[in-house]
Amino acid sequence: MNQTATMSGSIATDQTYNDKVVRQFAVMTIVWGIVGMLVGVIIAAQLIWPDLTYGISWLSYGRLRPLHTNAVIFAFGGSALFATSYYVVQRTCHARLFSDTLASFTFWGWNAVIVAAAITLPLGLTMGKEYAELEWPIALLIAVVWVSYAVVFFGTIVKRKIKHIYVANWFFGAFILTVAVLHIVNNLAMPAGLFKSYSVYSGAVDAMVQWWYGHNAVGFFLTAGFLGMMYYFVPRQANRPIYSYRLSIVHFWSLIAIYMWAGPHHLHYTSLPDWAQTLGMIFSLILLAPSWGGMINGIMTLSGAWHKLRTDPILRFMIVALSFYGMSTFEGPMMSIKTVNALSHYTDWTIGHVHSGALGWVAMISIGCLYSLLPRVWGVEKMYSIKAIEWHFWTSTIGTVLYIVAMWAAGLMQGIMWRTFNDDGTLTYTFIEVLARTEPFYMLRLLGGIVFLSGMFFMVWNVYKTWQTAPNRSASVAIPQPA
Amino acid sequence: MSTFWHWYITIITIGTIAVTVWFLIWSSRIKVDAAQEDDGSETTGHVWDGDLKELNNPLPRWWMGLFWITIVFSVVYLILYPGLGRFQGVLGWSQESQYEQEMEVARASFEQRYAALGALELEQLASNPEAVEIGRNLYAHNCSTCHGSDARGAVGYPNLTDDHWIWGDQPQQVLTSIVNGRQAAMPGWGAVLGDEGVLETAIFVQQLAGESVDPAMAAAGEEHYNQVCLACHGPQGKGNPILGAPNLTSGVYTYGGDLDTLQYTIRNGRAGVMPAQLDLIGETRSRLVTAYILSLHDE
Repeated sequence: MNQTATMSGSIATDQTYNDKVVRQFAVMTIVWGIVGMLVGVIIAAQLIWPDLTYGISWLSYGRLRPLHTNAVIFAFGGSALFATSYYVVQRTCHARLFSDTLASFTFWGWNAVIVAAAITLPLGLTMGKEYAELEWPIALLIAVVWVSYAVVFFGTIVKRKIKHIYVANWFFGAFILTVAVLHIVNNLAMPAGLFKSYSVYSGAVDAMVQWWYGHNAVGFFLTAGFLGMMYYFVPRQANRPIYSYRLSIVHFWSLIAIYMWAGPHHLHYTSLPDWAQTLGMIFSLILLAPSWGGMINGIMTLSGAWHKLRTDPILRFMIVALSFYGMSTFEGPMMSIKTVNALSHYTDWTIGHVHSGALGWVAMISIGCLYSLLPRVWGVEKMYSIKAIEWHFWTSTIGTVLYIVAMWAAGLMQGIMWRTFNDDGTLTYTFIEVLARTEPFYMLRLLGGIVFLSGMFFMVWNVYKTWQTAPNRSASVAIPQPA
Repeated sequence: MSTFWHWYITIITIGTIAVTVWFLIWSSRIKVDAAQEDDGSETTGHVWDGDLKELNNPLPRWWMGLFWITIVFSVVYLILYPGLGRFQGVLGWSQESQYEQEMEVARASFEQRYAALGALELEQLASNPEAVEIGRNLYAHNCSTCHGSDARGAVGYPNLTDDHWIWGDQPQQVLTSIVNGRQAAMPGWGAVLGDEGVLETAIFVQQLAGESVDPAMAAAGEEHYNQVCLACHGPQGKGNPILGAPNLTSGVYTYGGDLDTLQYTIRNGRAGVMPAQLDLIGETRSRLVTAYILSLHDE
């Protein structure tokens, strides 16, 4: 890639890329990542030592758990998506962002949402909907920021100088559009005062809308968005073309068409009607191949360049992330099968599944992409220390493996113990007996979380040193002009 | 389900699967205007950001096979199980029918044991090891949440292993507590007695339990006691199992015997509730739980 770094001002602003908002979001990704993971470590410890926070209500598990999920998904993951999508859409359209003002608004608006979440959730202000806890004034702000994001992103697509829309942008576009729809529909509520509201849905319909939202938040926020990230940074880092254009097409369209149906698998054997449960299950199974399309396209992009894995820990981050993605997207359809779900549901297996996606896929692909992106937006060749990236890679990988192995083992054990009967029809194990047997696995999970979190501090140091030693870190990059 | 929704669900479900199949076939056959690269590979000819390109590789066959397998499985599943609107599937399965069947099998396997034990008297049950074992299992899942795994209770939940019975120690009385539940109603006397009166009464209650207290305060407390407490707890404070009024001379307290807690109890009253188990576990299982609790007192 031929980038000419120029001092800002020497050429007109609209001849350069807007990397300021990219840098802002990229740095906040690391900050919110550490905050979210730290809260995760605290609540993992609370499950072992319930009195850890001295019974202070706003530090209790029930208040901190939604703070953890919101912080890692929307603050960490969201910032990573903003940073990379703004970077990628400009580079692959040869166009500056549609509006600098709106882009800046999305940065400050999104961070205002995060701060508001960090205040209201510990105070116990919640809609009570998983991953959609934030009360209506904050939900409204999210909607406004998100629509602005859509305007900036699609506005940039419209003014693109390259005719074909790059595959990463299909995924980013689908993610932005769908999340807007999901967020607005699931958050429809009747306010009852400034900090309280009631969902317009009730009963099984409310549960269905919630998990239509919940699963598509996984599908479009945590999958499609991060696939967009992957589709730019893997070929960029490997310096190889994308493996298959037609695979991109078929897996993109089938993924977005089928993900929409998968939500009811969260409600197997509940008051949701049988027909809806069945549709949730079969479409989750059909989703396996479309999900794997992305993994194949990413990993096979490396064919002919496998040797780079030996020397480039950034590429290793990406490939291991894709492997975890492949694992979770195999595990997910299996868990959606009713008979498997009857064993796995409500156990820590689910927590393990979520974290093989969240740590292994979402966090590791984001970290890899940030290591690829940051030097480019600070006008330097590469990160300050490759050794530190190496350390970060191993802490992340080992932390993730410890975490998910602990939760798989705990989940299987719980599922089996819960369904063991005496021949008088009573359950063999009481709840507390199962909990006591789970404790060692909670210890192992906590260890995994701490190891993963510790890796983030290599990143902080490395990113700081890279920033500090960049000679011209706010230089603007000129947009290539047609010959 | 109305006819409209039946067809709505059926059409979009089949439509989505059909379009997916068509799309899979179409995209494996489309011609891409390919461009030859210098290294001999074939790309789409599109270039982004200087050098980003896409190869024109075919869809992996094993991947297409995987896609087909999931689609065929799903179509078969939709024929066998409820999914397409009102159509129940040829197996006639429903989660309610699965539940009924599994319960039927379970009942058949142990109802006879229960029938045999159900015919025994409570005293016989309490010395029958099989009955006590089953009772213990039932206790663990239905009672231990409040009364503890070891049946020693907790604050607000009576200890079932000691010899202090609030509602009576006869087997039939214990069974009644379990089958019908109990509702204790200790009224609050704060408004009647005032703070000083509450304190004096609490001190008298401590004296009833044999503690050494300020005799003047206790004497004042006794007057309050005779006015408002005696009716239920009796002239000597021995309590009344018919009302569930605890014996105040035993030194055993449901909510705690320190001065602060006693004052709280007298001031605000207490409303202990033991939920009725009849509708939850039935008569026979209630008798077995009773047998288990009685067995705790045998030694």
